[in-house]
Amino acid sequence: MSLIGRSVKRLEDRPLLTGSGRFAADVTAPEMLYMRVVRSPVAFGRLIGVRIAEALAHPGTVAVWTAEDVADIPPIGFRMTSVPGLEPYRQPVLANRHVRYVGEPIATVFAADPYMAEDIADLVALEIEPLAPWLDPAAPPGEFAPGHDTEAAVITKAYGDLDAAFAGAQAVVALELIIGRHSGVPLETRGAIAVPEASSAILRLYGAAKVPHYNRQALAAMLGLPLERIHLHEGHVGGGFGIRGELYPEDVLTCAAALRLGRPVKWIEDRYEHLVAANQSRGSVHRVRAAIDEHGFILGLDDEFWFDQGGYLRTHGVVVTDLTCAILPGPYVIPAYRSVGHVRLTNKTPCGTYRAPGRFEANFVRERLVDVIADRLGLDPMVVRRRNLIAKTAMPFRREFSALGIDIVYDTGDYADLLDKFLTRVEWERLRADVARRRQAGEMVGLGLGFFVEKSGLGPFDDVRITLGGDGTIEVITGAASIGQGVETVMAQICADGLGTGLDRIRVVHGQTDRIARGMGAFASRVTVMTGAAVTIAAAKLRGELLTVAARLLQTAPERLAVTGDRVVVSGAPDGPSLDLAAIARGAGGELTAEATFATETMTYPYGVHLAQVRIQRDSCAIAVERFFVGYDIGRAVNPMLVEGQIVGGAAQGIGAALLEEFVYDASGQPQSVTLADYLMPTIAEIPNIEVILFEDAPTPLNPLGVKGVGEAGISGAGAVIAAAVDDALGRIGAVRQLPITPNRLHTLLTELSMAEG
Amino acid sequence: MSDRQDVTFTVNGEKRTIRVEPRRSLADALREDCGLTGTHLGCEHGVCGACTVLVDDQPVRSCLMFAVQAEGTRVRTVEGLADGDKLHPLQQAFWEHHGLQCGFCTPGFLMLAVAILEREPNITEPELREALSSNLCRCTGYQNILKSVLAAAAEMRK
Repeated sequence: MSLIGRSVKRLEDRPLLTGSGRFAADVTAPEMLYMRVVRSPVAFGRLIGVRIAEALAHPGTVAVWTAEDVADIPPIGFRMTSVPGLEPYRQPVLANRHVRYVGEPIATVFAADPYMAEDIADLVALEIEPLAPWLDPAAPPGEFAPGHDTEAAVITKAYGDLDAAFAGAQAVVALELIIGRHSGVPLETRGAIAVPEASSAILRLYGAAKVPHYNRQALAAMLGLPLERIHLHEGHVGGGFGIRGELYPEDVLTCAAALRLGRPVKWIEDRYEHLVAANQSRGSVHRVRAAIDEHGFILGLDDEFWFDQGGYLRTHGVVVTDLTCAILPGPYVIPAYRSVGHVRLTNKTPCGTYRAPGRFEANFVRERLVDVIADRLGLDPMVVRRRNLIAKTAMPFRREFSALGIDIVYDTGDYADLLDKFLTRVEWERLRADVARRRQAGEMVGLGLGFFVEKSGLGPFDDVRITLGGDGTIEVITGAASIGQGVETVMAQICADGLGTGLDRIRVVHGQTDRIARGMGAFASRVTVMTGAAVTIAAAKLRGELLTVAARLLQTAPERLAVTGDRVVVSGAPDGPSLDLAAIARGAGGELTAEATFATETMTYPYGVHLAQVRIQRDSCAIAVERFFVGYDIGRAVNPMLVEGQIVGGAAQGIGAALLEEFVYDASGQPQSVTLADYLMPTIAEIPNIEVILFEDAPTPLNPLGVKGVGEAGISGAGAVIAAAVDDALGRIGAVRQLPITPNRLHTLLTELSMAEG
Repeated sequence: MSDRQDVTFTVNGEKRTIRVEPRRSLADALREDCGLTGTHLGCEHGVCGACTVLVDDQPVRSCLMFAVQAEGTRVRTVEGLADGDKLHPLQQAFWEHHGLQCGFCTPGFLMLAVAILEREPNITEPELREALSSNLCRCTGYQNILKSVLAAAAEMRK
């Protein structure tokens, strides 16, 4: 029986359950130093001086560095960008002339004890001349640096005749919408431990995540090291969500210090640091309008938005804006389209990607608009959606632009069919009737639905090497990364399925740059698609080779043999001769190895529906999410239990983003969300039972397994549908214009509505 | 801040004496001085609950307690849960029901759940939701944690 499609228990869980995991903070080395970062207390200012004499005089001080000490290290470059001219906006590893956000690294101290390193950091005195901060991304741009204004880039994606669409419209619907700043906030803060290995002259960086191979190259280049003198190692990773594992100043500083001080250097971020220094995301203001005909068909969509980038452009360059522009049309035909995204520097913590970058935002904007269109025309919003959905017969469907430099071609899908099946499964009419009845009884309850197209399986390649060892173990060496999503289990399932073996002999390696030369890592819902495809190919090769060897040893033909469990047997002869895998490896000279690369220039596009039911408590302005459904076509699920886990976890984050989570800054640019008591993540009390309905109706032809990604499916439409459900509960479609819908914002809405009624 | 003092307490049944600064948190003492890194620090200000351990059978945030305050107490951490190779019913249930993803919050949830079930073996689902709301998980969306604890409770009642 195939191991694909089975909800097997995770191979990675035992150490995590018994307290023997190895997260960044758990890594130590002899003679280790601790780094503490001195950070800017002001949002924008001229850095006049950093006085370190007192810190240097502390008996525990090993070193204190300022920008002068790292003047030879270039600013952090871009991992992903196709836009030229962004270099002036890169972040230096330590601030030199200006500080541009509260939390920006200015100096570092090194000591043998972490508590002492904090004491010493307190002795560093900063002289900063404050300047008026830039905080509103939609305000006219100002000067960032001589010759460069705060608008780093403008991304435009367009097709069709937009003017004609608006000229011929029956009506135009316009909205201004705001998405708050929030981010992944993994439960483990960042960490980096750089260990200079004297015997090999290799620098090893532990605490790596997400993209170890890329970061290895970037660090080697920044530090002037030959590539072979640095390796990155991923241990257990306490959540990623896009923000963790990107290259940050602290990673570079830790490595530089280990090289120069000749001792291991450890840096573990504290939570305050995390909330002001790690990538934030999402914050944007959209002005969108749609030209529609009398049936609610969208003739043209025109969106202009301003992305609140923060103090610098980080490794993602302008990816979030690029994706927002690309994803906005989503599942709908939309014959004419334009999206203009302004990437604006502000004096806040810099932004990068967070789970479903550009999609959480775009889905919120587009699905808001569709509901308002339906309301304007007095039509059922499901009817309007159906009228606009791309037909199955139009697949593969090409958008006339690219995202991340890759042409957007929706590969497979029957969107209307998914919507129909989903509405049947959730008993939509009954849900509506229940809500209507409760509203009649005086409750403020509502339903909100949204449709979305996800993207997954970003290339361009993944390599895999599978080795059957002389002891019978099978090692699957990948260039993937694990951020807690179950990579080892899923790759082992795919490998075992390809070979015909069981799971228990398989070991999956990820995130180790000294084990495989290339690797793309874990982002963009790519691992099961890309690495999984490479494992499929390599496993098929290895199976062929081991059957060939076994056939020679058993003096028969490979076609007559089969792999069952840990043995190769003669098909149809259960009592005949057989060999165990270890014997075959030994017969092949000790081990058998197969390698494969899966390369693609496409992405694959899963799709889904979210549905929320909420209740507003009038007196407290609290919003309770009573039910939350996700319908999703994944093409093919390798491990349904893990797929559901991804969706449920993402949905919880989406509920947080819609109702609770926001990085707030005051008028002087001081961050107000600097503890987990200010930045509110949902607890179990705020999360209902998330109801997942998986579909496998539209596998993709773009990879050998037919799989699509799932990492971002749970969060993608959550903002959209919770806003819609709150609208419905308020009885005013389009009322919610800003996320998160905090009690204060809801109070304002309720007051406006009662004034409008009264 | 270098006036260190001795603290003696029992950790997972073993008597330990460590010499620490008065400002050292119990979490750091467990992790650094006792080598028990299964207790994780997620916020160090008492919100996330990742560092939850049991002190005299009460769940505490070990980041909010000084090591010196543990003098004479009985501390239990995640490392003490399994009996050799045999997992504790809660550990087994978390495994069976996919109650963890990245696993960082897991030791804290396990220890919290141990305390909850020791106090109230017949806890109802609403009560359990309320009790579990003291800890944060960023990966699972909680429902498999709830499922795991309910399953373990049933198993432990057998």
